[in-house]
Amino acid sequence: MLSVNHLSKTYAAGDKALDDVTFTIPSGQVVGLIGPSGAGKSTLIRCINRLVEPTSGSIQLGDTTITGLSTSELRAVRRRIGMIFQEYALVERLTVMENVLSGRLGYVSFWRSFFRKFPAEDVQKAFALLARVGLTDHANKRADALSGGQRQRVGIARALEQDPQLLLIDEPTASLDPKTSRQVMRLLLEMCNERGLPAIINIHDVVLARQFTERIIGLQAGKIVFDGPPSELDESVLTRIYGEEDWKTLEHDSEAA
Amino acid sequence: MVDKISSFPKTWKRPPVFFESAPLRYSLYALALLWFVLAIGTVDVNWSRVAEGMDRGWRFVKGFLTPDFTSRWKDISAGLIESLTMTLTSTVVGIVLAVPIGIGAARNIAPKAVYYVCRSIIALSRSLQEIIIAILFVAMFGFGPFAGFLTLSFATIGFMSKLLAEDIEDIDESQTEAIRATGSSWLQLINYAVQPQVMPRLIGLSLYRLDINFRESAVIGIVGAGGIGATLNTAIDRYEFDSAGAILLIIIFIVMITEYSSGYVRRWVQ
Repeated sequence: MLSVNHLSKTYAAGDKALDDVTFTIPSGQVVGLIGPSGAGKSTLIRCINRLVEPTSGSIQLGDTTITGLSTSELRAVRRRIGMIFQEYALVERLTVMENVLSGRLGYVSFWRSFFRKFPAEDVQKAFALLARVGLTDHANKRADALSGGQRQRVGIARALEQDPQLLLIDEPTASLDPKTSRQVMRLLLEMCNERGLPAIINIHDVVLARQFTERIIGLQAGKIVFDGPPSELDESVLTRIYGEEDWKTLEHDSEAA
Repeated sequence: MVDKISSFPKTWKRPPVFFESAPLRYSLYALALLWFVLAIGTVDVNWSRVAEGMDRGWRFVKGFLTPDFTSRWKDISAGLIESLTMTLTSTVVGIVLAVPIGIGAARNIAPKAVYYVCRSIIALSRSLQEIIIAILFVAMFGFGPFAGFLTLSFATIGFMSKLLAEDIEDIDESQTEAIRATGSSWLQLINYAVQPQVMPRLIGLSLYRLDINFRESAVIGIVGAGGIGATLNTAIDRYEFDSAGAILLIIIFIVMITEYSSGYVRRWVQ
């Protein structure tokens, strides 16, 4: 479904964020991407929809080679990739409905989007998604009137409104409390399973990653240092990813959870 | 191992922000003071002329205190209508032209080439003071409000596009990134991610510019660009300080109305 081959990214300042990263994700698989801050997790998922331009290597989504597309072709491939952000990244002064409908921007003409005259099926899908994430009553509220957990659910609805073939999820729970984090993760997982949607979840919380994903990729200084099921994620692997630390307490946490 | 508390220093001083060396810093302060004293010394005041002028000034104040709205009311109302027309049309035209230039002058959303062109337009518009432009336009198009309209439109473009561009450069990039990630076009990006973030400030600035333009219309009238300024100039030339006082009061009153209502509107659009 998604294959990333020998992907490297060197920023203009000279620091190497990604170094020869290669992996493939079959359809329907939810992958947790873990690693210390600055390991290149964010850069990696932004290279996939080319919000960040890769330096070398190739990325393929289905039959499309994403690297090397022209601007208009890139728009067409971006609408197939939904993205969910750490600080929700909703447009604060727009209504919840406008935020969800903005997931259709890649499909409609400028004038349609300017007058908010989206096709009937788009509007219907948006209402259905809002009902699915439990925000039907909030459709006409401004996004900045919602709580963190509600905003993230709007973010999820916006990404799914695109009818994506892949979800890129950047630290979905970093701004949420532990309970809301688990609710949001569970919702994401359910949505992916319902649609057979593959996803890459960039996540700081190792316990959550273990609990909710079926495969974990560990990134360290721009290189993949671990790729396997959560059960293989033991102390030695965590040390390889993050460095020396007492990982025992984490083991207890995850057993308790 | 914990050190004894007595082994730590007892004093701490904030490091200087610039010029590490103290002698250099103090000599720079001394130099600045010397410059100021010398500059004051070069101001040449002719005290007998001041005494004479006080008298004239007092007559002006007296006229101001006994404003005469009636004897020149025809001229005043004609000038006022001219000024208000000039103000409104030039503000609207100026803003309509300033929005695309402001978007083009925002480094984060415009291509490099467009950015430099728009920045040059802004620099040109802002480097020329209203009076100088007014003199130029009066020379080109003759006396009257048309020259004033062009002057104020031109000045509005520089003012509005500079402040709009700066506001766009300050927007929350994560919202722009999210809209870009949906596969939106550039125009959709402006409409969905940029416009909602800058709209309240754009409206506030527009109202502020409306009141600046009204005040400027009084000033540029003095160099022949029509409006209430021309009426004011005529009144002063005729030594009719009571009519001039009435005109000034009307200007103050109108500026106060726009000031108060713009504050109200800005709260409402937040």
